Amino acid sequence: MIRLIALRELRGLFAMPSTWFMLAILQFVFTWFFLNTLQTFLEIQPQLAQLANAPGVTTIVAVPLFNMIALLLMMVVPILTMRLIAEERRNQSFALLLSSPLPVRYIVLGKFSGLMAFLVLLMSGVPLMIYSLELGTNLDHGLILGNLIGLLLLTCSYVSLGLYVSSLTAHPAIAAIGALAVLAGLWLADVAAGENSAWHMISPLNHFQNFNAGLLDSNDVVFFILFSAVFLLLAMRRINNNRIYG
Amino acid sequence: MVIHDVSLELRRGEVLGLLGHNGAGKTTTMQMLTGCLSPNSGEIEICGVNLLRQPELAKANLGYLPETPPLYRELNVNEYLVFAARLRGIKSPEIADVLEQAKRNCGLVEVGKKIIGTLSRGYQQRVGIAQAIIHNPAVIVLDEPTVGLDPAQIREIRNLIRDLGDAHSVILSTHLLSEVESVCDRVEILQQGKLIYSDTSEHMRQHENVSGFIVDLRNPPPLNTLEEINGISHVEPLGTTKFRILHKPEDNPKSALLSLAEQHDWKLEQLTPLQATLEEVYVRITESEKTAAAISKEEIP
Repeated sequence: MIRLIALRELRGLFAMPSTWFMLAILQFVFTWFFLNTLQTFLEIQPQLAQLANAPGVTTIVAVPLFNMIALLLMMVVPILTMRLIAEERRNQSFALLLSSPLPVRYIVLGKFSGLMAFLVLLMSGVPLMIYSLELGTNLDHGLILGNLIGLLLLTCSYVSLGLYVSSLTAHPAIAAIGALAVLAGLWLADVAAGENSAWHMISPLNHFQNFNAGLLDSNDVVFFILFSAVFLLLAMRRINNNRIYG
Repeated sequence: MVIHDVSLELRRGEVLGLLGHNGAGKTTTMQMLTGCLSPNSGEIEICGVNLLRQPELAKANLGYLPETPPLYRELNVNEYLVFAARLRGIKSPEIADVLEQAKRNCGLVEVGKKIIGTLSRGYQQRVGIAQAIIHNPAVIVLDEPTVGLDPAQIREIRNLIRDLGDAHSVILSTHLLSEVESVCDRVEILQQGKLIYSDTSEHMRQHENVSGFIVDLRNPPPLNTLEEINGISHVEPLGTTKFRILHKPEDNPKSALLSLAEQHDWKLEQLTPLQATLEEVYVRITESEKTAAAISKEEIP
């Protein structure tokens, strides 16, 4: 049942021209950024060769790319999550799911995994681009893997937050702006807070920084899992409450 | 509180019509019956399974068409109906069969590959009905199923509902009385969240019925001549040549009147028996309920 709803979600996404447009634009941005940093690397390579413990191509090309994607996701995910529940409410198609013999958690998990599958597809070009460098040089596989795991967990947390905001309203635009506002707020909390402030703790992007640097900390993994689980549970609760309060 | 003290019972193979003004609570009642809303108190059972305690089990026997059909406009008709069938737990080997069946029943065979968003309102409504019956549920809940259809389609859909009513139980809400007349076995009237009337639609038509007829005489006699005819209890002139004549149900003065008209050359043009339409009855029932409510409100303070 979860797969059924996820597939329906994907089918709906790919039926819209805007989805393809978004795929194309983001692919272009990723590639342009990748080629740009690669060129910078090639220009400074002679100087790097003189350093004793010089950073490799992975650190100079792949790490900023992943960092940029993490920031871009903050803006891309709300646009995608806004439709999940708010639009079904507005089109009144949610009644089909609500009157079907399946628990609310299947609806939420189905929508979550559908959008996750889409975002994984959206970003699948990135590791391919990076691994194309393998043709000419040696890559730091651990660092890339760490970044990929981090990016996946970060996406999970963004999607579950967006899904929850979408379940609060029947207007997709409000859902998008709401999710964007919360994500931007969490980002600012990280950027603006002082050196040892506790505010860093609540920002998903801050937790991603460790993955970005190649540090796999169980703290961060637990944070992302908890963050996602809390918002998914809240979304389920919200849909259930909707039945009671209309 | 919108709905209270509503008790509905639906027997297998019965079509129940839920009538009411706009805002009477028809849609809310249906949303509760299908699990889209939870009641604050009370019980809902579908085929003996409690909807609130075992929602998944109960909803498996349920097909629901809301006021606005719950369509995914970007899918084509086949994809959408397959999705709806799988949601209701139909297994893959049977999918092709149920899809074919539902499309045939709702006249959707030619549009199977069309995108739902491009279909006309009437076809979208049919897709909505197909979605509600595709898994062959025991109980079918239809919220104003013929809204937005043209007269030919309305007739088709009514026939379809009639056929469905033989094997399934159907609840439909409507404010079209002709629909109730042609389709429903039983009628419940909702007003301001309360059930105020419940009977078979045949009985409803006879509710407070009066016996009488309207007679049109081109050359009418004086009023009291008519009043004196045996069995006539009341004559009301409706113009110079038309009279509304009431009589007791047990003796019908029709033949006496006819022979008198023949004898005295009253030139009888037309004689129409009075038959209350469902509409009149409906208005009478809801109006009397309104005045009763108004009176009791005045008494309370």
